[in-house]
Parts: sequence; structure tokens; C-alpha cells
Amino acid sequence: MKQEAIKLQEEFLVKFPKAKVFKHNERRLYISVTKEQIFDVAAFLYKEKHLRLSIATGIDTREGFEILYHFSYDKIGTYFTIKTLLPKDNPKIKSLAPLYTAANWIEREMHELLGIDFEGHPNLKPLLTSDDWPEEKYPLRRDYE
Amino acid sequence: MSNRRIVPIGPYHPLQEEPEFFKLIVEGEKVIGLEINLGYNHRGHEFIAQKMTYEQIPYLVERICGICSNSHPLAFVLAVEDAAAIEVPERAQYIRTIIHELERIHSHLLWLGLAGHFIGYNTVWMWAWRYRELVLDLFEMITGNRNHYAMNKVGGVRRDILPEQIPLIEKALTEIETKTNMFTKAILDDPVILARLENVGVLTKQAAIDYAVVGPTARASGIAIDVRKDDPHCAYDKIDWNMIYFDEGDVLAKAKVRLLECFESIKIIRQCLKQMPQGPIENRVDEIAPGEGIGRAEAPRGEVFHYVRSDGTNIPIRHKIRAPSFMNIVSNEVAVIGYSIADAALCLAAVDPCYCCTERMAAFEDGKERYTGKQLLELSWEKTNKMFPHLNK
Repeated sequence: MKQEAIKLQEEFLVKFPKAKVFKHNERRLYISVTKEQIFDVAAFLYKEKHLRLSIATGIDTREGFEILYHFSYDKIGTYFTIKTLLPKDNPKIKSLAPLYTAANWIEREMHELLGIDFEGHPNLKPLLTSDDWPEEKYPLRRDYE
Repeated sequence: MSNRRIVPIGPYHPLQEEPEFFKLIVEGEKVIGLEINLGYNHRGHEFIAQKMTYEQIPYLVERICGICSNSHPLAFVLAVEDAAAIEVPERAQYIRTIIHELERIHSHLLWLGLAGHFIGYNTVWMWAWRYRELVLDLFEMITGNRNHYAMNKVGGVRRDILPEQIPLIEKALTEIETKTNMFTKAILDDPVILARLENVGVLTKQAAIDYAVVGPTARASGIAIDVRKDDPHCAYDKIDWNMIYFDEGDVLAKAKVRLLECFESIKIIRQCLKQMPQGPIENRVDEIAPGEGIGRAEAPRGEVFHYVRSDGTNIPIRHKIRAPSFMNIVSNEVAVIGYSIADAALCLAAVDPCYCCTERMAAFEDGKERYTGKQLLELSWEKTNKMFPHLNK
């Protein structure tokens, strides 16, 4: 792994000591944090370390809704993917949109396709589905028929 | 505000002939606000991909977009290869690079033609599309198709480049280079074009960072990012080429990035043809190990991102797709503000938006597809009959 990536990983663990790091290979790192930490983690990576939020992936798993924020460290071509788990019955998480404009559409897409609630998002209107799409119907959930 | 008006562009774009809706809020001639709405043609690729096997998905994601129809399958196979640590033979890496760069040339020429068309300069349009045709002919020769090349598969590529094709490719490249050179000079020297493009639709560096834009849109605003340099996939780390970027952020800078990238692409293909080793073009892959992987490729419009999670079966649990236009289109919210309506259409097109990349869903109701392909066809005939009754006589 490149020096910069190791340094960032160390700094990250000093700031968020409870985070679990999993190294998939030289250029792909996965870090698990709790959902309360997400906003601070994003602020640290974007404001202080200038990483780019590439996209976020939402996954409906057995344990709950997993959200992966893919941050790209472009200078060294490494992806830092921040993982967090939301409970099935109440999928709520603090929105990153007030902090980072790019998160606006990313969260809107996830909200309408997976039904995650982003607290503090300025505009959670449906973006991609048609106007007459039924509410509370989320195509990427496992129970969607 | 008494003189505030709304000018709708879309939902069927008058020039790009694609479905999207831009609501321009104007005061007199000046644009003071923009609302973007998508969703007229969302096809649900992520949903469909969760029901398909790893062999089928490259053909599915290829159809996300007809223009970058190599970038999506490439990013997907890279994601699967990343998840399951699959090695790819060197010759296949070079073939992937060649196809990827040919695609870039054809896409950039396509954009240039459209940009010319937008500012009413149809000569540029005719020129650019005429020489783009040479690239499509090359595609037909190498892959068998003008679009939807179906070259990528997990573990390698599906077709080899034959030795007798190499001189033909080189000859076509020389012609493309001469012609592109000719009209690059013609365009960049033309005072009318410069007047329309310079200092128009400026996306500042800070805005580009905030909106996390990618590709030529970012590179024209002074952000030097390119997946081919930062995280080299295929054979890019074995080749000598330059990343093109400018600081101005206006439409002219975006045009210059794309034009100059065509020459870099030609340079890359020439080196690939020279350096390409003999050998197998694919590794046999029997099963995909459980795991997760990220694949990224530099499409003509920017970074394509695919995330795949596998559980060891032949169907992925989750396949996330992020096309570059998803990040780029929204940056128009700031890039058109303060310019005139006449410039707005050009600004909106300057990110080279690809609406089909951004929309990926089919209409479902109560678990059933609302319209079958046949019904859609019938609806389309009905509409044509209504619009042009004389055609039906």
C-alpha cells in the first residue's frame, strides 16, 4: 500500500478508534463505522483530507440495510469505502448533503430505490422513478416483487 | 418578481433528442436558476442485474449506453476480477485498452459534432460525424459491431485482433489524426466559435470539487483526475501518454480537453499495437469466489464505477452502477447561472450528458411490467399515426 494510504489509515484510526479496517487489496480499503459516526467521518475525509465522494451503495442484507460510501483518494488511486449498518425496521441516517453537495443526488437516488431516510436532506423528492410511482415501494429491497 | 419567467427545456430535449427536463428560471435573457428532473426513461439495470449471471451482465450493462458501451462492461468485469482476484492475460489487457481508446475517439467526435450543431455551426457537425464514421468502421472490423462491441468477459476478451487487421487500423488512425488535426485548428482559430465558447458556462474549481464531477468536466476545471493515470486498469501503466487538463472551466476548455484527448488516444492505440504480446486472450473462470469488488474505468465522460458483491453463486447479490453523467449533470445547477438563454443549451450540453446512463429503470406495477416491448411499439405507432396521418394513407 502507498505511504499516503497508510498515513491516512493511521490518522483515521486515531480519530475513530472503534472503526474496523479491512484491506481487500492495495487499492481497496473497507472501513466499518457506526451510523452515528458517518457525518464526522465524511467531514474528516472530505474537508480535511480532500477525498472525493464517488457514490454510495445501499444493500438490503439479512442484518439490515448496509450503506457503503465510496470515497476516492484520487492522487493514489485508492478507494476508501466506509461501511455502516442501519436497522431493518428504522433505516434512518444523517444526510451528508448539507456538508457535501455531491451527496444530494446520491442520497435522493438511494431514498427512492431503497427507502432509506436521510435526516436533514434539503430535497428528498423522487428523482428517477416516474411521477405515478407508488409510495413505500422500493425496487431494490429484497421483499420487492 | 414580476419579470421572472420559466423556460422549459425538455422533457424531450429539442437538440439532443433525449428525455430529460431542465427548468430554466430566467429574468429577461439571464438565467438565474435551474431545476433538473430526470426519470423519463429509467430502466432499472441494477434491479435486473441482481437476477442475471456473471456471463449475462456484461451484455446487459453494455446496453446502458450506446456511446460508452465498452466502459460499462469493462468496469463490471474489472469489479468482478477485483472481487475474486482473477488474473487477466496481458494480450487481453492490450485489446481492452485499444477498444477503450477507440471508443473515446468516437465519443469525443460525437460530442464535438453536437456542440457544433448546438451553436448553429453545422459544418463542424458534418465534419466530426464524417470522421467518426472511420472509427465505427474499425469497430465493425475488430468486434463485428458498430456499437455494442461485446468484447469484455470476466477473465479476458472475446475476440482477438488479427495480425492482418493491424495495418488497416494504423492506416485508419493516420487518416483520423490528419482530419481531426485539420478541424481542431479550424475550430480553435475561428473567432465566431471562440466568441460562443470562451468564458461561457464556467464551472469553478471549487464548484467542481463540491459537485464531485469527473472526467473532462473535472479536467477542464483544473482538477487533474483520470482513472487511467490514478488507478491504471488494462495496459495504461505500460504506455506513455499525457493527461490533458485546463484551468479555465468554460465550454472552450471542455472542448479543448476532448479534442486533445483524441490525439492522446491515437497515441495510446499506436503504442498498444506495437507492444501487444502474443498469447491467450482469456483465462478460464469457473467460479466467482465470495467477496466484494470495485471496478472503475475512465469512460469518455469520466469515471464509470461498478460495485459487485458476490456470495459464491453465479448471480451477484448487489451490483451498483454509477455512470459519470450522474455526477456531471447536476453541476449545471451552478454552471449556467448568470448566462443568457442562448448559452444555456450549450452549457447544459458541455458536460456531454448521457441521459441513458443516468436512467436505468422499467415501469412496473404490482409486480408486473406495465408495458411490454410490443405494447410500447404499438404506442409509438399510434403516436406516429396521430402526428403524421398522411403517412398512413
